[in-house]
Amino acid sequence: DMTNQAQPYGSYGYPASMQPAYPQGPTSHTDSSPAHDPYGPPPSYQQFSQVRPGVCETDVFSSPIHLFCIFLQMTKLLIIFYLPLNLWASPFPNMSQLSAALGGLSGVPELEVEALRPVNLLQERNLLPPRPLEAPEPNLSPDLKKVNCSPQTFRCTLTSIPQTQALLNKARLPLGLLLHPFRDLQQLPVITSNTIVRCRSCRTYINPFVTFLDQRRWKCNLCYRVNDVPDEFMYNPVTRSYGEPHKRPEVQNATVEFIASSDYMLRPPQPSVYLFVLDVSHNAVEAGYLKYFCESLLDNLDKLPGDTRTRVGFLTFDSTIHFYNLQEGLSQPQMLVVSDIDDVFIPSHDSLMVNLKESAELVKDLLTSLPAMFSQTRETHSALGPALQAAFKLMSPTGGRVTVFQTQLPTLGAGMLKSREDPNQRSSTKHLGPATDFYKKLALDCSGQQIGVDLFLLSSQYADLASLACMSKYSAGSIFYYPSFHHTHNPTQLEKFQKDLERYLTRKIGFEAVMRIRCTKGLSIHTFHGNFFVRSTDLLSLANVNPDSAFAVQMSIEDSLADSSLACFQAALLYTSNKGKRRIRVHTLCLPVVNQLSDVYAGADVQAITCLLANMAIDRSITSGLSDARDALVNAVVDLVSSYKSNVSNLQQSGLVVPASMRLFPLYILALLKQKALRTGTSTRLDERVFAMCEFKTQPLQQLMQMVHPDLYRLDNMSDQGALHLNDTVVPQPHLLHLAADRLSRDGAFLMDCGNVSFFCIVVSHIPELETLLSERVRAFLDWLQDNRAFSSTIHVVKDDASAQATFFQHLVEDRSESASSYSEFLQNVQLQK
Amino acid sequence: MEAAVFILSLVDCCALIFLSVYFIITLSDLECDYINARACCSKLNKWVIPEMIGQCLSTMLMLVSMHWFIFLLNLPVSAWNIYRHVKVPMGNMGVFDPTEIHNRGQLKSHMKEAMIKLGYHLLCFFIYLYSMILALIND
Repeated sequence: DMTNQAQPYGSYGYPASMQPAYPQGPTSHTDSSPAHDPYGPPPSYQQFSQVRPGVCETDVFSSPIHLFCIFLQMTKLLIIFYLPLNLWASPFPNMSQLSAALGGLSGVPELEVEALRPVNLLQERNLLPPRPLEAPEPNLSPDLKKVNCSPQTFRCTLTSIPQTQALLNKARLPLGLLLHPFRDLQQLPVITSNTIVRCRSCRTYINPFVTFLDQRRWKCNLCYRVNDVPDEFMYNPVTRSYGEPHKRPEVQNATVEFIASSDYMLRPPQPSVYLFVLDVSHNAVEAGYLKYFCESLLDNLDKLPGDTRTRVGFLTFDSTIHFYNLQEGLSQPQMLVVSDIDDVFIPSHDSLMVNLKESAELVKDLLTSLPAMFSQTRETHSALGPALQAAFKLMSPTGGRVTVFQTQLPTLGAGMLKSREDPNQRSSTKHLGPATDFYKKLALDCSGQQIGVDLFLLSSQYADLASLACMSKYSAGSIFYYPSFHHTHNPTQLEKFQKDLERYLTRKIGFEAVMRIRCTKGLSIHTFHGNFFVRSTDLLSLANVNPDSAFAVQMSIEDSLADSSLACFQAALLYTSNKGKRRIRVHTLCLPVVNQLSDVYAGADVQAITCLLANMAIDRSITSGLSDARDALVNAVVDLVSSYKSNVSNLQQSGLVVPASMRLFPLYILALLKQKALRTGTSTRLDERVFAMCEFKTQPLQQLMQMVHPDLYRLDNMSDQGALHLNDTVVPQPHLLHLAADRLSRDGAFLMDCGNVSFFCIVVSHIPELETLLSERVRAFLDWLQDNRAFSSTIHVVKDDASAQATFFQHLVEDRSESASSYSEFLQNVQLQK
Repeated sequence: MEAAVFILSLVDCCALIFLSVYFIITLSDLECDYINARACCSKLNKWVIPEMIGQCLSTMLMLVSMHWFIFLLNLPVSAWNIYRHVKVPMGNMGVFDPTEIHNRGQLKSHMKEAMIKLGYHLLCFFIYLYSMILALIND
């Protein structure tokens, strides 16, 4: 197929003539007509140069066939422009006129016009799509779309990047990226070549969006520098052919994993090292988590990610610190108590962190006897700070993961905290930031030694999560919170704890990781959100990386992007796998650059914008207060509406008009304002609020959107229409309902999917007789929902249970609650303010 | 006596100039990745209190020796320094916090602040120099 023809710079089988004449991004053209021009200018020859992945630039004048086909495209477009003159009358032609006119062009302009259709929110009541919202597709040619990064990994708030900062400011939308780089992937191309091809100046990894000038040179798509193709790269091991660098897997996939050579290592790759720091004070024994933790760990001991070098250790603490000598050869584990908590020292260095394979029996012994050891304890103090210092000393030589279980406020030693929450003032919105910098300093020390600290907080009283969370936030750890945890009084929390623990112990992990996010010249990143430490501009230091954390960054446009039609972003994560191999996972995203405000709105990704605004609101609430943050969110909606009205829409309608791509934006913002993290007026415990804020910063987009705006389905009248047929089960796909009580009906069964928790609600006066077919379908649907997520969700049946009922109705965001407005009131408020 | 006051202020101002230059150099090292955030912030946090003391000393001297115009010139900067120090949130590791310095353009704003202070101290240096010479001549 791809044999070398006479022309060395031939088109390699991608005849330019067969490409749809779709402009990759509008070149600068003046707005000639008063109505906005949805079709863009006719394509000019320059546009074909940077567009196809890894294909040489063609010399367009090289053959008469090319010229003739281009002429055909031009005439087709001329016909479209000048014949249906009635299209100029209204700026938004209806769909049937459009499809007739556009005919042979690729369908993307249709989508764009649909995305820009003005929606009057005060009149349209059914805004939700039938199935959960998908990420908008960027306005690229089909070849680029095919190789572009999956939106579940890498997503931008605006899928059409504005050309200048002024245009971005006019749009009143935030520009940022949401990434989930270490997500569990079904298929991941792993490159085993010796040389990793990178740009010489900006060190970008080669990716599908570079241009090959000829066989031997490639142009970086981020800094535009021309680099040489090394010899080894000319040979393609997959197709066993020579001379086609653009066919190599690095250039055909936007998500690849490289095997890193020793240049990428500061030290030999570390083994998996796990340390468990357990609170064994009286409070902890009351809560009763220890037994379930030990059971879970015993079950999953061989499933802990690692190889033969894996090491584990245990530390328990109350008012003193207890180490466990697990050296192979001992008949039983030996406990060593250190009571000097002001100057913690490690009693014996060798045998506290032991090789898991060699000392497996002793570890199992310890786990079986641990719950009973402390069942009669009378110690009420908790010396968390000294325990963490001891953990740091133990782990410093190697790095690894520390898992901390805490059940109360730390009351002794360094890092002790006081209760800051006034129980009478439950709706207080102060004390959202840490009280001391001890945990932050500790986290930074740990990050420097490649130790990640994860926190499981199982307290029933106030435990100052705002300060404790710092230990995980800056060392790239995760935070889990189980309010009012008790092993007998609260079985739902116990079940959640067990399920979360199982996922936590067995999920993939990467050690001593760093991540760098590079953007096309002209864009720069100015704010970071997530659990990591920003060591220098663009370099994020992650001691541990896990598949359930996501990150967000905000960008600004420093220089105009006028000379490029594509903006690319690359996230490169260098980590040590749990088998001790050094790997680099690279994700590259490509988006078009536009210079029209309407194109910016057409490409807006409403879910990504909501999540980025949530992150920004949380930052703002910690620095300037919660009411400030809430006002800023409402202003975001008001600004969007007024900007759309004044700049894009020429309709002089009353009412609240937004582009169709952003029609759910006010609804999502209202839902955000009713979240635990940001709500006022309703009594919210401070720890729960802080935990909700931490969740916003670390959860991936899909989970976040389900938390903010849960999916509500009606189950009793599910049909097989549009059902999925998987492995000979039929999974029905019911339509989404608006989250309002008037959509519920007295004789139906409903399911509300909130991500980590699901509510199965039967709002009936009597239990309906469910036919077996329907219950089979319901079960298939529930299983299908559970399959697609990492942490399994617990199902609450809402019937008589008052607390579950209260939470269910709290999630109906469109309704009025005692302290928050309903959706229609919110819209009227926005209309008043604009 | 006048001369002594101005000589002291001049020396103080020199020290403050050197300090601003040190701040600018350290911050630009961070910008160019020559040092990491933690090292940079610990270096800078060490000199925040001495800078405040130096600035307040200068202000007090002017107040005590009743040179109102120069006192009013010094007052806003001292007030700003004190405000900046007091307004540090409880969980932060000082005015320069390594976890926040790369966020929200803080690095740029600190750099701008240091540049403005440098310009201001240079201005004050020449004012003191002139006043000192005047005082010495009048003695």
